[in-house]
Formats: sequence, C-alpha cells, structure tokens
Amino acid sequence: MTADRRGPTSANGSGERPFLDVSDLRVQFPTDDGVVKSVDGISFALERGKTLGIVGESGSGKSVTSLSLLGLHRRADRKGRGGARISGEIWLDGQDLVTASPEEVRRLRGEKMAMIFQDPLSAMHPFYTVGAQIIEAYRVHNKVSKSVARKRAIELLELVGIPQPNTRVDDFPHQFSGGMRQRAMIAMALVCNPRLLIADEPTTALDVTVQAQILDLMRDLQREFDSALILITHDLGVVAELADDIMVMYGGKAVEYGTAETVFRQPEHPYTWGLLGSMPRIDREVQERLSPIRGNPPSLINVPSGCAFHPRCPYTAETGGRSDTEIPLLAATSPGHLVRCHLGPARRQEIFAEQIRETL
Amino acid sequence: MSAETIRENQAVADTEALLTVTGLQKHFPIRRGLLQRTVGAVKAVDGIDLSIKPGETLGLVGESGCGKSTAGRVLTKLQEPTGGQMVFEGRDITSLSQGAFRPLRSDIQMVFQDPQSSLNPRHTVGTIVGAPFRIQDLNPPQGVKRAVQDLLELVGLSPEHYNRYPHEFSGGQRQRIGIARALALKPKLIVADEPVSALDVSIQAQVVNLFEDLQAELGLAYVFIAHDLSVVRHISDRVAVMYLGKIVEIAPRDDLYGRPLHPYTNALMSAVPIPDPGRRNVESRMGRERIRLTGDVPSPIDPPSGCRFRTRCWKAQDICTTQEPPLLRIATAGPGHQVACHFPVER
Repeated sequence: MTADRRGPTSANGSGERPFLDVSDLRVQFPTDDGVVKSVDGISFALERGKTLGIVGESGSGKSVTSLSLLGLHRRADRKGRGGARISGEIWLDGQDLVTASPEEVRRLRGEKMAMIFQDPLSAMHPFYTVGAQIIEAYRVHNKVSKSVARKRAIELLELVGIPQPNTRVDDFPHQFSGGMRQRAMIAMALVCNPRLLIADEPTTALDVTVQAQILDLMRDLQREFDSALILITHDLGVVAELADDIMVMYGGKAVEYGTAETVFRQPEHPYTWGLLGSMPRIDREVQERLSPIRGNPPSLINVPSGCAFHPRCPYTAETGGRSDTEIPLLAATSPGHLVRCHLGPARRQEIFAEQIRETL
Repeated sequence: MSAETIRENQAVADTEALLTVTGLQKHFPIRRGLLQRTVGAVKAVDGIDLSIKPGETLGLVGESGCGKSTAGRVLTKLQEPTGGQMVFEGRDITSLSQGAFRPLRSDIQMVFQDPQSSLNPRHTVGTIVGAPFRIQDLNPPQGVKRAVQDLLELVGLSPEHYNRYPHEFSGGQRQRIGIARALALKPKLIVADEPVSALDVSIQAQVVNLFEDLQAELGLAYVFIAHDLSVVRHISDRVAVMYLGKIVEIAPRDDLYGRPLHPYTNALMSAVPIPDPGRRNVESRMGRERIRLTGDVPSPIDPPSGCRFRTRCWKAQDICTTQEPPLLRIATAGPGHQVACHFPVER
C-alpha cells in the first residue's frame, strides 16, 4: 500500500506525509441492535489544491467519514459506550486528529478545516443574522474587534457572490433564497481560510442552474485558496465536474479508488459499473433500458459476510465460492487504481470491455 | 393566445387526447388583516395548455417554485383549478364536485415523491393498497386480498408482504407500494410527482424501469414531473418546460433535448453536470456554450411583466417587457414543438 499513500493524483514523490493522510479509519456506533460499523477501515490521502470525491449510496458511510475528520462525533467512553468508537489515524498537516484532545480539535475546526453542509437552512441558526454567524466563526479563531470581523464577513459575502453584501450581511437566513444560503454557508466555512474543506452533498438541495453556479464557485475558490477539498455526494455528475480522485464506498468500505479519469473510463468494480449503468446520460443516445443493480443497499448493522456487495453482484459464481466467505482486499490493479473484488484484474477488464462498456 | 396555438391544440385534441387542459390556472389567495381580505395571489399555475394522449409519457420539468407540482395536483383534481378548462375523454371535468368526480378517480391516479409520508404508518400494506377498492366500493372478482397480492407481484414485491407495515420496507420498496396503490383501479393516466428523486441511484433505475414495464403492459399514460433532466429524457415521449407558472417550451423529447429553442431551456440543459471528467475543461459541451444564469427565480406573487424569464435572460429586449410571448410553433421547428419566446435560440 505504501506506493498509494500519496493518493492517485498526488505527485508528491518525497517521503513527506501528505497534507491529509487518513489510514485505516474505523468508526463504530454501539447500539441496542448491535454495533454499526459505519466506516470500516478506509485509507486515503489528499494534497492541497486537489479534490477527492467520495461517492456512495445512503448508508455507505460517506458522511460519517467526513464528520469523523472534523471530530464531530461524540466519542464513546472508555468502556466503549454512548458514542462513536473511532480508531485509525487522521493526519492533517502533520497532526493526528484521532488522538488530539477535543479542545485541540475544536481549535483546528474552522481554522484549518471547515465543512459545507447539505442543508443550509438547518445548518444556520434562524435566530441570528447571517453576518453575526460569520462574525462569530471569525472571532472564535482571531482576536479582532467586531467591526474588523464585520468587514471580513462583508468581504466574504462579496467573494461568494451575494449582491449588496453591505446590507445583506444583516439579513436573517430565511430572507435568503436557497442558493444564497448555500453561498453564505460557503462564506462561513471560508472565513478563516481553512486549508481543508469538506463539502457533504453541497448541491443536492439545489436546482440545477443554481447547482452549476455553486460548483463554479467552489472550483474558483479552491483555486484561489489552494485548499484541499473533499466532496461527498451520490451524484456522479457532480463528482465528475470537480474531483481529481474518486473513492467509491459500499457498506462502510472503499471498493474502488483511483483518479476520476480511471474510475469513469476504466471502472473495475461491479458496483461502480452498476452505479454508472443506473444513471441515464443526457450526453448520450437514449438507452432502451437502464441497467440497475438488483436488491437494496445493506444495513450497516448486518453487513453481508464476505464481500459486502455479493448479494447484489451478478458475478459471484466466478469467485469460486469465496464471495460470501472471504472479504476481498483493496488491491492495486495499476498504479494508483485500487479495487476490492474477488475477480482477477484481467477478468474484470475483460468483463468491462465485453459486456459493460457498451451499456454505459 | 393566438389563432395558431389554438389550431395546434385542437389538432392534438382531435387525435383522441386522454386529458386536455386549456388555460389552466391555480392561484392561491393571500389574505391579510382582520377581515382576511384578499390582497394578492400566488400564481402557482398561470394558464397552461396541455394534452396527454393514451399510452404516452409527458415529462414536466422546471426548477423549484415553477408550479410543476401544483400543476400535477390540479391535473389529478386533488386541488381545484381557479381557471381554465379540463376535458377528460371528451367530458368537461373542470367544475365537477369531488363526489361527481369520484367515479373518474379510478382513471386518474397519482404517485407521490416521498413514499415515507404518503403511506399511513399505522396501516398494513394490504390496507393501503386495498384502500382504493373500499373507497370506490368495488369487489374485484378474485376478492380484494387476492387483487392486492396480484398488484404487489406486478410491482415486484412479494405477496407475503400483505400484512407488513411501511416502516419494514426500504425507500425503493415503499415507492413500489405507492405505485401498486395507484395501479389498483386500472387507471388510464398516472401523474407521478418526483417519484424517484428521494431514492438512491441504483434504486432509481429499478423504479424507472418498473414505470416503463407497467406502461408497456397496461398501456398507461404518464405525466412524469421531475427536476432531473436526464431521467425525464430517458422516460418521456414529450417534454414540457415550466417557468414561473407557465409552459415556456413543449416538444417531442428528441427535439427538445436536441434543439432547445427557449433560452431558459438552453440554460437548464447546459447546467446539467455530465458524468464524464474528460469534458470538464472543454468549453463547449454537447456542441453548445455553457450558459450561466444569474440571480434567482422571481416571486410568483408578482411575476415580471411581459415575458417572465426576461429578468434573467441574456437576449431580452424592450418587447419582452411589454408583450408576453405566446406559446407558438415557430417556422423552423419540428411538428409539435412550441416555444413562448420573442427571440428563440437559433443555430
């Protein structure tokens, strides 16, 4: 795995640790019904200026991953009760976040890393003005007067394209439209120039024309601040717009990890094929039928044995009975392209070329 | 409305349309003060003309607040229109009371977006899917239970699910229950309001395929309301684009996606993210420039004068402020392709 510690597109050949380095991250929630293994050993690396897209369906563990990076889970006590059990390593700019104290993580949150949530209406406080919320975030990390912080808030609202920021800064969230609220939340996340930005379904609640505006904005801002961006979404179109690397998650594990180019052009995991085949394409001839994945995504309390995807996979017969007994390893098929599948790389490429490519 | 539009509408009506609506309006009054005087109206649907033929799928697209969901509810008469005319199989149903309309309910059914909130959590699947029979006082020859089990099988569920509750099912399965209920009375028209947008990608495709299979098997007509332009393109025969309560363009699917005429349609199409990272840095996508709309949709309480899209349109001129463009077929467009614009996009 060492060759892949840099992440697929990061050309950092030196021995230095990448800007963000996550290894074997596990997040488990003990419940009355059993332990929910939301994230079950994922590793990735990301350099500044790059974007990682994490793709998956509901319950694949993609949002839990992002919340654990920010330290937003209540941690379990020593007996492992009453919260999340987190293990593994998260190194951000040379500092381990898993072992850091909650105070330390709180200091880093906002300053070094920030999050853009899906629903700005529930992520912003309805009782305070948009400006007050941005000012508060700024003053927590910077010892400045209110008027300086207010100037900074106006500056950021202007940066994200809010018209008349001088007056809109005193508006309440409900006075903003959906697209403007999302912009204001991006302004709030950016107020301290964080170097790691995590966007969890940032455009899912938005209309398609507004979505295009927000994606453009995020692309411009990333270029300007040279920040690392983690984009979490179920929408493969959105990922294709922004991501350099893509990680496909299923049942709490990464099943395919590679550059955006590879994952879209030469996908090798049957689940990735299924996702791509499920999606009608506006840029292609109209297909007769979509090719969906049979069955439903698994519950994380009761993840299928062996390969978590085996109950929905059409190729289990070719694995010699290993599919439901043995968990496949995330193995490199080519430099920077990792796939977790029992089928051999040659066979996967053959299936893709013969059966899958034409149906996508 | 010009003479030409009327002629075209009648031409469609002549070919045995299932449901034809003309000038359909739904205004919600805004009341203020002690006397609850009406001070204005939210013009959610403000004069639309549509006709749906048996067995076809009409896609209805637009952004949030354009009135597409209200249009769906009025088409099924879940809400009464405040103006216009609705003709179902040659019969004027505009002013029928709920009671007088009830026998026709079996012909027009609805599938809702959120299968969580459109199924009663305290009723079993059997009760939910069997409800239409009870309400219409119908006794299917094989008995209600058997009929419900047949319906469950038809939508890809197991007959043993009869006694289970909605919470025991996944989102995709719940949507199937909603579809089974809509199918119970053998409708001719199903209005589906965002039926797949709450579902995971892999499940979306299953439900879209189910809609297509049922149409082939039962000859249903659909009005498929959605904001996802790719899904609408996949499933529809014809597509209507709505903006602020009006239809701005309507055309056969391939004409609309291949040659959109209205600037708004062009903007919508170019905003759809394409799942192909290789295209990202290419300026022109699908042979056309990427169009970025600025600003937000104006309020339907006080829509702009003239053309409603003019406040965001890059082609707007003086005439757009003063004159509302009628929905017309322009000379260069194919049959059935109508657009409401003074300066349609030529290429």
